[in-house]
Amino acid sequence: MSCALDVEGIMKGPVGHPFDRRSFLKCALASGAALGVSGVAQPAAATPSGAASQAGEDARFAVEAKFYQKQPNRKIKCKLCPRECVVGDKERGYCGVRENRGGTYYTLVHSRVCTAHVDPIEKKPLFHYLPGSVAFSLATAGCNVNCKFCQNWEISQSRPEQIPSEYVPPQRVAELAKQYDCPTIAYTYSEPVIFAEYLMDTADAGHAAGVRSIVVSNGYMQEEALKAAYGKMDAVKIDLKSFSESYYRQVVFGQLKPVLESLVTLRKMGKWTEIVYLVLPTLNDSDQEFRGLAQWIKTNLGADVPLHFTQFHPEYLLKNLPITPVPTLERAKAIADAEGLHYVYIGNVPGHPSQNTYCPKCRKMLVERVGFTASKMLIRKNSCPFCQHPIPGIWHV
Amino acid sequence: MSTMHGGSRRDFLSRSLTGAAFLCAGGSMGALAAAEPVAAEPIAVGAKSKVVVARDELLRGTGATVDSQRMLALLDRAMQALFGGDHPAERWRKLVRPGETVSLKINTLGGRGISTNVHLVVAICERLQEAGIKASDIVVWDRDSDEMERVGFHVAIGGDRVQCFGTDRVGYEEELAAWGSVGGCLSKILTQRSNVLINVPVLKDHDGAGVTIALKNMYGVIHNPNKYHPNGCNPYVADLNMLPEIRSRMRLTICDATTAMYEGGPGYKPEHCWNANALLVSTDPVALDHTGWRMIERKRAEKGLKTLEAEDRAPHYIATAADAEHRLGTNDPRKISVIEV
Repeated sequence: MSCALDVEGIMKGPVGHPFDRRSFLKCALASGAALGVSGVAQPAAATPSGAASQAGEDARFAVEAKFYQKQPNRKIKCKLCPRECVVGDKERGYCGVRENRGGTYYTLVHSRVCTAHVDPIEKKPLFHYLPGSVAFSLATAGCNVNCKFCQNWEISQSRPEQIPSEYVPPQRVAELAKQYDCPTIAYTYSEPVIFAEYLMDTADAGHAAGVRSIVVSNGYMQEEALKAAYGKMDAVKIDLKSFSESYYRQVVFGQLKPVLESLVTLRKMGKWTEIVYLVLPTLNDSDQEFRGLAQWIKTNLGADVPLHFTQFHPEYLLKNLPITPVPTLERAKAIADAEGLHYVYIGNVPGHPSQNTYCPKCRKMLVERVGFTASKMLIRKNSCPFCQHPIPGIWHV
Repeated sequence: MSTMHGGSRRDFLSRSLTGAAFLCAGGSMGALAAAEPVAAEPIAVGAKSKVVVARDELLRGTGATVDSQRMLALLDRAMQALFGGDHPAERWRKLVRPGETVSLKINTLGGRGISTNVHLVVAICERLQEAGIKASDIVVWDRDSDEMERVGFHVAIGGDRVQCFGTDRVGYEEELAAWGSVGGCLSKILTQRSNVLINVPVLKDHDGAGVTIALKNMYGVIHNPNKYHPNGCNPYVADLNMLPEIRSRMRLTICDATTAMYEGGPGYKPEHCWNANALLVSTDPVALDHTGWRMIERKRAEKGLKTLEAEDRAPHYIATAADAEHRLGTNDPRKISVIEV
């Protein structure tokens, strides 16, 4: 199915419409077939099933979590994300995919893939990482925030047992990536922070098979976990959802400061990182915020970090807002350009010239993109072929 | 906790079937069908919210298990204090009418020891059938069938018997239901199998929310309750109960306080439980929660524990549920009439 490629981002489906939940599940089912795995449960019907419990199957996905502390009275404190959930026995953390069982904390989503597709790398978006290549992209259920605008809330805001999933262990992911000629595995769609253990094991399996790994994440993660998990990544895309703590508190249900700290940590680790900023009309689209964002990036990460201003489409709990006007995105880019950032893109607006890469020195176009495809790629030896100015990124396999 | 494997109510399902057969054989169905049922009425302006606290110190006899006959009698006493009337069916007919589908939202998250008592549910089902509700139009449910079975409920699907299963068997609605700060997909048991919702929670401490009684039991109705535990579940509990799909169906809360827990919840901590041998019954879930919270505080004081407020986990969501934006009931003690029977 053509729609199988379109679960992430705004331009969804062959006619550009976001999927409803039913279509999404259909696509997930289709992808299950594409994976060569079978037995995906149909979405639950209104009539109760007399089928046996899935508890036995669920046990396959439960693996002791790596990042937590045991506490008195069989409680635990999660050390994966800054939320630091203190979770009592038989309870789950905010993410809904980690459960305290008698004082031991478990991830319930190891190898529990709810959706998997082969996507262009430009769709993540990563524009300075192997342009024109494809990534074997997967997700489990769950997320550690609750963005009111989430495009994939059907999976990110669900518990793993509520959506059809497949058992796909790390080695199998690596095999499938090879089978589909994907140089990269991408952890994406929901929030990879919450399946960190699976991501780490899969990255190891991938690297052993000669397949790289990238992650598309909110960066809302504790430093130790970030270093351990994303240290295994070859590139990272961070969704910086705003440059305002109040927005993070009210719209994202998270915090800005730890995300900024993650970006700095990734920089220190030398990870290739790109930033996406989804622009929501009236909520995070002021000149002041764009300027503050650009200044912070230039000061703390450097002028060469690609920044993508992307268009919002109404979804989930924010259906009352309009689509981001293109002039708003152009204003954001103009401000970031003026602050001295070298690679500022406009995303989710097909055909816009600002989705191409230009040399910051001679201004010639180096990578031309049409939709999610890199139609022209002129960079040679990590440099502009016209003026030899170095162009940062990972351009060649 | 006690299960249905004791006394004369050895099997929940067969017991329910027996009840239905008895009603038909006795010919009372026709009489019930002819009766004029009256749904629970909103509280009149100026009237106090009634919360009945019915106790039976001999509920367990000499053993640890609840006696089923005494449980039925306790339920009848509580319902009489709330609705009046001389006959049990008469009281229940003020709440439900034949042809309605009635769901009982129980609470089984805490596992054996601190879950809704099976004998209580059996007693409610029996009275509902006497009031003219067909056994197959009654659904006993919680989030997960396995959790229900672990505490003594037997999954029953189809046939002319009380239905008993978790949302895991039917799933959640695809469309999002949203009010205020809450957005979630609702259990299809609520939306597709219930005209009437009877809330049958337990009375217990909750490490995050302070207490979990009636209002918070609705967390088991949505697919993403984990998202609504920050800030002591406030205002999320109140907002959730404002969802029209819940509010329009909610008729009564029967809180099982046979075993209650004053500390260490929501998981079962036997060292922090006490045999309250009580039921709390009300049509006002806010007043019931306020009353239950006071009971827990009294027990905490008796045990030398700090108040929940002092532990920075007072259940502020109860006040939110009563505020001008929600008006789900009252938390004002002057407007609550606690009737001890």
